[in-house]
This record gives sequence, C-alpha cells and structure tokens, in this order.
Amino acid sequence: MTTLSDAEIEALLLSLRVSSVAVLAALPFALAAALLLARRNFPGKILVDAVLHMPLVLPPVAMGYLLLVVFGTRAGLGGWLYETFGIRFVFNWTGAVLAAAILTFPFQMRAIRLSLESVDAGLSDAARSLGARTFDRFRNVTLPLALPGVVAGAITAFAASLGEFGAIITFVSNIPGQTRTLPLAIYTALQTPGGEAAAARLAALSILLALIFMTLAEFAQRRARSFFA
Amino acid sequence: MSVDVRLRHRQGAFVLDVAFESEASGVTALFGPSGAGKTTIVHAIAGLVRPQEGRIAIDGRVLFDSNRNVDVPVEDRRVGLVFQDARLFPHMRVDDNLRFGWRRAKERMSEADIARIVEMLGLGPLLARTPARLSGGEKSRVALGRALLASPSLLLLDEPLAALDAARKAEILPYLERLRDEARVPIFHVSHSVDEVLRLADRVVLLDRGHVAGKGSVFDFAAGEIGQLLPATGAVIDTRLEGHDGGLSLLSFEGGRLAVARMAAPLGSRLRVRIRAEDVLLAREEPRAISANNVLAARIASLRDIGNGQVDVHLACGRARLTARITQASTARLALKPGEMVFAVLKSVILDPRALRGVGALE
Repeated sequence: MTTLSDAEIEALLLSLRVSSVAVLAALPFALAAALLLARRNFPGKILVDAVLHMPLVLPPVAMGYLLLVVFGTRAGLGGWLYETFGIRFVFNWTGAVLAAAILTFPFQMRAIRLSLESVDAGLSDAARSLGARTFDRFRNVTLPLALPGVVAGAITAFAASLGEFGAIITFVSNIPGQTRTLPLAIYTALQTPGGEAAAARLAALSILLALIFMTLAEFAQRRARSFFA
Repeated sequence: MSVDVRLRHRQGAFVLDVAFESEASGVTALFGPSGAGKTTIVHAIAGLVRPQEGRIAIDGRVLFDSNRNVDVPVEDRRVGLVFQDARLFPHMRVDDNLRFGWRRAKERMSEADIARIVEMLGLGPLLARTPARLSGGEKSRVALGRALLASPSLLLLDEPLAALDAARKAEILPYLERLRDEARVPIFHVSHSVDEVLRLADRVVLLDRGHVAGKGSVFDFAAGEIGQLLPATGAVIDTRLEGHDGGLSLLSFEGGRLAVARMAAPLGSRLRVRIRAEDVLLAREEPRAISANNVLAARIASLRDIGNGQVDVHLACGRARLTARITQASTARLALKPGEMVFAVLKSVILDPRALRGVGALE
C-alpha cells in the first residue's frame, strides 16, 4: 500500500503534466471569454454564455466523441493539422491535454469573470483620471485585483482536470505513458485480476491531490478577499 | 486665466443646465443641497460623464465642445479628481498609489516637489502601508496627494469629507487649508457644508436643482448675498498676522485691525477669521470702557429683514464686510439707515484651529 509501482508513478506524473499544460493552454481563452462576458453587452450574449458553459454539463464521453470527429486524423481539421504541421492529437498525450483543457475551461472562465466583476469599476475611473489608458488600467489595476480569483480558478481547473476520464478514454484511448492518467490507471487496475490494491492506492492518491489543490484554491480566494477587508 | 463651464445634461427627470466662469486660481466652492447636480458637474469636467451639450475649457484649453465635436478623453485631460470614497488602489502601497498618476504625467514634478506635498499632507509615516491599514482621514489625504502628484491643471474635490465623521473632518480641514494656501493648483470644491465653504473657499457657485442660483466671493456668501437660498452666516475676513501686544495678537486687513488671543504663528501668516452675525453688536457712539477687544468703525451697506423680528445689518468696514444680526426693535431705536456710520462691537472672532495650534508656522 505504501509504495507505488513504476507504472503508477508514470500515471501520476503524466496526470500532473497533462493537467498543468491543459490549464495553461486554456487560460488565455478563459481570460478572453471572461473579459467578453464581464465587460461587454452584445446581442446573443446569453447564447454565447451557454455555449461556453457546455463542457460543464455535456457528458464527457460525448465531448470525447466530438473531439474525435473534429480532430481525428481523418477528420477535416485534425487531418489538416496533421498533414500541414504534423500535429496529431489522437493516441497522443497532447490529445489528453486538449480534452482536459476544453472540459475544465468553464471553471477558469467562471472564476475569472466573477473576480473581474467584483473589482470596483470606480477604481478604473480613478486610474483613468490619473492618466492610465485602457490596457494600462487592465494590466495594473483590474488584473492584479482579479489575480487571486484567476489563480483560484486555475487551481480548481487543475484539480478537475486530474479527474478527467470519459473524454480522454474516448478521444485518445488508454495508452500507458501517453494517455493513461490516474483515473484511467484506476480503471485499468480494476479491469486487471488482483488489481484492487493498486486501485485503492491510486484512489487514495487522487483524494490526497484533490484535497491539496482545493485547499490551495480556497487560500487564493481568501487572499482576494483580504484586499478589501 | 479661467475655467469656463457650460453644460446641458438630462438624466431621467433631472435636468442640469449650468453656465459659469471661474478664475483659475484659489478655491471655488460648488455649493448646494444634494441633488443640485454638483457631482455631475465635476464628473463632466473630469470627463467621466459626457454632457449632451456644452463646452468646458480650462485656460482656453478646450476639453469638451459639443458644437465642434471635441471630447478629450479622461486620461488626457490633466484634471485631478478626488472622489468621495478616496478610491485608493487596494493592491498598492501608499507610495505606489501616490506615484500612479505621477508616473503617467507628461511633465513629471520633481522629487523635491513630491517631498513637499508628502510633507504638506503629512503622508511620510504612511508611505509603506497598504490602504487597508489606513483610517478614513488618512485615505482622504492619500487621495489628495495622489491627485496632486499627477500635476493637474485643475483639481476637483468631490465632497472628499462627506464620508468622514466630524472628528475626521476636523482632522482633514487643516490639510485642505494648507492645500489652498500652498499648492498652486486651482481647486473646485464640491460641498454642501456652509462651514467648509467659509473656511476654504475664495468664491462660491451656488447650485440648486440643476441650475446656478448665484455666484460671488466667499465674503458675499458669508453676508448672505448670493442667491436666495441662505441667510447671512456672518463674515469671513482674510487677515495677516501683524504683531503681538501683550496677551493679544494683532491681525490686520484692509479696513482695520483685529485683536485675538495670542497665538504662535509667525508674523505675516495669512489667517482667515470668521465673525458670526449673532456676535456683532452695533453702537451709535464709540463705546469706551468695554470688555470686547474689537470695536470697528463701519458704514451700513444695507438692511435686510429676515423675519422673526430680526434684521441683518450688512456693514462695510474698509474692504471687509460684516453682518450684524439685531432685533427690529434695536434697528428702530438706533434709527439705522444705509450709508450711516456705526461702531461694530465684536463679541468673538473665530480663527482657523490650526492658527491657534501654530501649525501655520510651516513654510
């Protein structure tokens, strides 16, 4: 129970790598979407809002299937990416990243949007009257104040991404060292005769990781509140 | 050198329609009850509200002109705005808050000037703190400093004292007085407090329900001669400390001299005194053997019946103006008429508290 096998360590490291890259890759898109929703009003905003939240409620398996349809090597976009740039998502760890990034994107977007909305617009007016232009105000006033919220969103997305299963196994299969992340390793262990002990170890590990990262996220949120205390 | 403001702006049922011109020096009070449109005016000058019609210019520099489609963006106006609620950046230390506008100014003031303002507003001990660790009064002072460091061509104070309790107000007012006396920036001060106006302003624009109800010097304002909104509150006289005589200090002004309890301020200090209308007695002949230290010869400018059997007698004393509030019976008994000479006996003279504490001694 105490020591992890090489394969289990491999699954753990792969999970951490997939999740970190997924969170970083989704961050700019989440920031742009959050800015759009927090700061602009336009016709169809409700629909855009709903579409951006889809990954949160769509069955992950359905999302994996959609990814396969769009990014498979024989699909339109996927085929073009493969032939033009040699970028291949299927059966590759980058595919797991893509799936995790899309599925956890709403966590980041929501957290960033909420923290942007909680930054007092009056501070932006004050910065304007002191000579700060649009980007300057965003960079030096709004963003730093929203940052703890952004960080909390990223950590939540990271933790959620560690648990992603359905979309990954559907889109990029279950390949050791490439796409077998922690949840897939647990699933594999359960499929293997006598694998219950391994499954228990990996499950315990998952619980530990979730606890650590949710505590960190809460910590970041409190930091945000302390500005205004 | 003037600030020219002409605005028409409709916001729901509220219509703002004002036009006034004010010297671009000293303190102009925008005075009126809440709902008079004071904040809308300063926000329009700062550029945060875009009026439907009008023209705003500072020293001939046009910031807004609806006829010629001029609308200089807020960030290019060089108009400092101090909000009611300070609006300090919570993630920056006081020092970085102060320098926020300074860093972005086209012509930055020197470090020596910064040091002077930091000293003037007593900000030295606060520089390393974050806004969360400041009291309400300290926040107001930092907000003032932050606006000044950006080298504005006009400083707008939107009721910077309104959010503070009486004790904090009393703490800030002396700093505003120093600002008036020492900073070479014209100031528009939004206020609905008569007391603040009498202490700080050089001139007053009286606003009522979106219109200019009157304008004039603070001396006119004190004498109740601006608009019909207010009765006289007394007199404001700007004086200079001339010398000391035993337990008294002598303050001179064009028209006479006042004796007040001895103070520590250096000779030549500018001091504003206030004399309440209720504290002025009138006599036909010069009273002798009287406990009051101050008896001034004055000419009656006008009489105004303010009801309740009371009359405000407006007096000219050289260039200074005084108001005496006496009863109708006394007016009749003394047969007071405009143009005649009387003696005004001042029961008490109110001084800026900082003069009494000798804080005015700072260069």
